[in-house]
Amino acid sequence: MTGSTTSTTYRQGARRLAPFGVAAAAFAASFAVLAPQAGFDAVSTIVMSATTFAGSAQFGAVSVLETGGGVAAAIAAAVLLNARYAPISVTVGDQFEGSVLRRLLEAQLIVDESWALSRREDGRYDRRLLIGGGLVLYACWVGGTALGAVIGNRLGDPERYGLDAAFPALFLALLITQIDSPRALAAALAGGTIALVLIPFAPPGVPIIAATAACLIGWIRP
Amino acid sequence: MWIVIAVVGAATVALKAVGPVILGGRQLPEGLNSLLFLLAPALLGALVVTQAVGGDRQIVLDDRLVGIGAALVAIALRLPLIAVVVIAATVTAAVRALG
Repeated sequence: MTGSTTSTTYRQGARRLAPFGVAAAAFAASFAVLAPQAGFDAVSTIVMSATTFAGSAQFGAVSVLETGGGVAAAIAAAVLLNARYAPISVTVGDQFEGSVLRRLLEAQLIVDESWALSRREDGRYDRRLLIGGGLVLYACWVGGTALGAVIGNRLGDPERYGLDAAFPALFLALLITQIDSPRALAAALAGGTIALVLIPFAPPGVPIIAATAACLIGWIRP
Repeated sequence: MWIVIAVVGAATVALKAVGPVILGGRQLPEGLNSLLFLLAPALLGALVVTQAVGGDRQIVLDDRLVGIGAALVAIALRLPLIAVVVIAATVTAAVRALG
């Protein structure tokens, strides 16, 4: 991917994420189509995309409300789905500098895709790639939501275009580039296995959090 | 509805800020750093699995898997990342259209 590790720019991050922005916008539009069924109007739908900026949690909250699950259940589902952002943000935390407010605001651009695509070959993360890419995704996410709220489902279901397979394929391709040691392979397999075993039993989101335990492999002596 | 938007939004802001606000330019101590390097593959492995076969408390095996299988072939052929992703989506869409 990037040959240089010192001269990356926000623009490179933006370019790297741009193709995935199209898919993100399609999902955002479908969120905006789904949200009215849970009682959202156009304004609240767009506000949620602008303030939460995390697809799975937004779909989770809306589907709980839509099926009559209640406010507390909707909040719990969404917070569990987003709980992965705590460990994800820890992996990039050492790259963020400046005032607390600045770090807090920049951290909001962390989403699965901007995180996964901003990893450098040395295993650290590049803040500029993450922010440049995150801004593109944010614009596509909020823009896609607004588009969906205005024109409805004329674009059709993202699944019709196979977009639900696009993101696992992206993460799989990135994961394979990260497997540079037997331990990394063991952590990936263990993380995937923990998630797979827990999916039938735990609320969505919990399998990913539980999978972080796989990193304890790092304490095993080689 | 607005209470859901406010609470979920605030919780997400806080969750995303954990690393950057607490660490803020400092690296973790050496012992924890070796764990940190494995956190990314563990999380990505879990993301792949939950997005490929995860449903609401059930394993869902559907056309996505055909697309992801095609992506694996594309990865093995060392095609660029964007090609891998486009192939996964296109194959999934094609299988769905035929099915």
